[in-house]
Amino acid sequence: MRSWPGVVDTALQIEHGGPMASIALHVNGEPRNVEVADASEPLLYVLRNTLGLTGAKYGCGLGQCGACTVLIDGEAVRSCVLPVSRVAERKVTTIEGLGTPEKPHPLQAAFVAEQAAQCGYCAAGMVMTGAALLQKKPAATLEEAKEALAGNLCRCGTHQRILRAMTRAAGRTVT
Amino acid sequence: MSTPRARELKIPNMTRREFLQATGALVVGFSLAGEGVAQRLLAAEATVGKTLDPNEVDGYLAIGSDGRVTIFCGKVDLGQGLRIAIPQMAAEELGVAVERVAMIEGDTALTPDQGPTGGSSGIMRGGVQIRQAAATAREALIGLAAARAGRPASEFNAIDGEIRPKDGGKGYPIGDLLGAKRFGLKLDPKAPLKDPAAYAVVGKPLARPDIPGKVTGRHVFVHDFKVDGMLHGRVLRPASVGAKVKDVDENSIREIGGARAIRINDFVAVVAANEWAAVSAARKLKVSWSDERALVGDDGVRAWLRAGPFESDESLVKKGDGKGAFAGAAKRVAAEYYWPLQTHGSMGPSCAIADVRDGKATIWSASQATHKFRETIAKVLDLPKDAVRVVYLDGSGCYGMNGHDDAAADAALLSRAAGRPVRVQWMREDEHGWDPKGPPQLLSLEGALTDDGKISAWRTEMWLPKATASLPNMPLLAPDAAGIVQTQGITTGLISQNGNPPYDVANQEVLVHWIKTSPLRPSNIRAPGKVANCFAVESFTDELAAAAGRDPLAIRLEGISDPRGLEVLRRAAALIAWQPRPVPANTGIGRGLAYIHYKNNESYVAIALEAEVERSTGAIRVRRIACAHDCGLVINPDALRAQIEGNILQTLSRTLHEEVKFDRSRVTSVDWASYPILRFPEVPQVLVDIVDRPKEPPLGAGEAAATPVPAALANAVFDATGVRLRTVPFTRQRVLAAMA
Repeated sequence: MRSWPGVVDTALQIEHGGPMASIALHVNGEPRNVEVADASEPLLYVLRNTLGLTGAKYGCGLGQCGACTVLIDGEAVRSCVLPVSRVAERKVTTIEGLGTPEKPHPLQAAFVAEQAAQCGYCAAGMVMTGAALLQKKPAATLEEAKEALAGNLCRCGTHQRILRAMTRAAGRTVT
Repeated sequence: MSTPRARELKIPNMTRREFLQATGALVVGFSLAGEGVAQRLLAAEATVGKTLDPNEVDGYLAIGSDGRVTIFCGKVDLGQGLRIAIPQMAAEELGVAVERVAMIEGDTALTPDQGPTGGSSGIMRGGVQIRQAAATAREALIGLAAARAGRPASEFNAIDGEIRPKDGGKGYPIGDLLGAKRFGLKLDPKAPLKDPAAYAVVGKPLARPDIPGKVTGRHVFVHDFKVDGMLHGRVLRPASVGAKVKDVDENSIREIGGARAIRINDFVAVVAANEWAAVSAARKLKVSWSDERALVGDDGVRAWLRAGPFESDESLVKKGDGKGAFAGAAKRVAAEYYWPLQTHGSMGPSCAIADVRDGKATIWSASQATHKFRETIAKVLDLPKDAVRVVYLDGSGCYGMNGHDDAAADAALLSRAAGRPVRVQWMREDEHGWDPKGPPQLLSLEGALTDDGKISAWRTEMWLPKATASLPNMPLLAPDAAGIVQTQGITTGLISQNGNPPYDVANQEVLVHWIKTSPLRPSNIRAPGKVANCFAVESFTDELAAAAGRDPLAIRLEGISDPRGLEVLRRAAALIAWQPRPVPANTGIGRGLAYIHYKNNESYVAIALEAEVERSTGAIRVRRIACAHDCGLVINPDALRAQIEGNILQTLSRTLHEEVKFDRSRVTSVDWASYPILRFPEVPQVLVDIVDRPKEPPLGAGEAAATPVPAALANAVFDATGVRLRTVPFTRQRVLAAMA
């Protein structure tokens, strides 16, 4: 058992300490009750670790990059800075709830058609932000798409393909 | 090797369940959102024990009795599309449908060591090796069919998963021929390759298999991977570079249930079962550090490059009689160019999971070089190499060595200390603050012109950090802090290439002043060195054209004899309807171009662009960028196009916005506000024209397209304003100052 003499005698036992608060969430069309030790825990961590929805990604924890974007009552929101307690009773949609590989949302299908991902780490946030725009403006223009995505960062330089996917999903001609 | 001790650990008694978990180390539970990866990993487990010999066909290929093919690839897909392109190459040679080819990447227990995935070598080296393995395998399968049929091998073809007689008749399914056995064959360098004219799979823009999962949130990145019993770790980096711990107050995190501090000398971390508890504890833990002020600061880098400490001078090119040509010149031009330190800027901070128990270690990592990293981490853990397995899982795009190896070392030390698997994900400030940085570069150029406007002499002097010869691995943060001895030195990539003009200049000299260190720990960053070198060389070519009163395209075309170079230059210029001009338009709108023959022996790339400069604000807006790109044989034109587009836009970002800011103690640009990158409203139209040359070997593609961007932009700004930008980034303030 002693893998590193003198350091660790036994495997470290760590439990969730302290009282747990129960919060009623509504995620991807289903009620989900979660227990949290700290009600200020950002929604992102609850989605990824408690609910196993790992599509939304940690990028900055500062609301600066958009990798963690989810929809709350239809609005694109940064889940990395949103305390889970603030989400109770509101409708959360994550990338997993938007569509599946077999039955994708039209914007997800457009991302596949345009091969609009390289590493893909920012992709979920892009899709969620884009889907929120298309919900409000189904025929959004290229300029509107650029504005809507201005707060979502991509490092691979996939911007042009993402914009093409937005154009395609908006029913416009992809040039 | 020293054996540091973890201290200040309060170890409670272990529960029976935990004991069983801990001792049942071989049974790793994969708790995964994506079944695809689970299947891939479980299928992979079944093949542990296969040969990893890079000279054996079985190293790379296995054919099941159902005819399905598994490729074992030492190169990994970092988002660049190898996961489809390499199966295309293998499928083509084997005569099977690409859907029947699966690929396992970068697992030290399964894949041969094909070297690091870097320098755009995935296809050029890794793919070409696997193609040769597939061709060898196909010849062997034809041999088996011929023996069964009692006919000569020359009468058979490999088509659609079968070995078929050319004159028709019954084919032999490849799975039956081999009967799920191994080939037991050396790679035959002479095994004939399919004629490119007959290609059915190579050259097709096939869709990447990982994209549906990536855009529906199902794809499992290393960040999403979980192991049973896993703890979350966060490391507290020092308050200043090189700082020592004076005191750790574990009481400061007492109220955070389940969080524990771990300290190994100056390596300080917290672990907790709950990730948010680990994050909170890392923020709350009171550590007092010594105050170190050994850095030069971002505003001191340029002077530092001039001052050294120098290690040596190296002459890279010396031909002709430079002295004579300069003495007899009609005109002489000189200029100095500077490229600052930059970060890789991965969207997802580095992450790794390590399970170090019972004298064994498994590391799940986004490493670009799992085999090389295995040796490094084995040394850090003082374990034999064979006791360590490194498994690649997709990370966030890294574009060179970001923090992925550091995060893996963090996780490994914490797992060993905790006796449980530990996942470490860096926070944003860790990645921006502590990922190794692209090194700074300073170039001084001098050129001579004849009275008829030809370039008669060229001299490039460079000031560059010198990569340490045969350094086994970049020194990692965690072992350094923990007091574990590792070989010191720096790594940079090949940063002195392409400092020469890619033109026929009779008298040339390229000289490097090598500096012993770098202002912050450096590493390879996309197209190492060549981005800055091409910026200087191709901006300066324009400066010479302007001094000679000649059109920038004309002076370039005159200096190139290689038809492949001429072709890309002409095509790029045509894409933006190049307007010949011997003097700047000075209308606020300009066009510029730049060219590279990457490393002087790889891809040919020319970029032409059109940009607008707002005189009142100094803002540069790029309207459109055109790229003509020749990397020989193209395996997957759409994946190639994506790489070219990405390299162009990322380099546009580096040119317009990026410089690591740091003071005497630490990096101060630790988020996206202080280190801005390109945003959607700034994104220009990108046009890509691929010159496909099926009869030429496939060359490294992608990063070559990054290199001409900065000079093409500087040249367009010059055309728009008459002002020459020689220092990156081209911020508004810098443009305004240049125009003042």
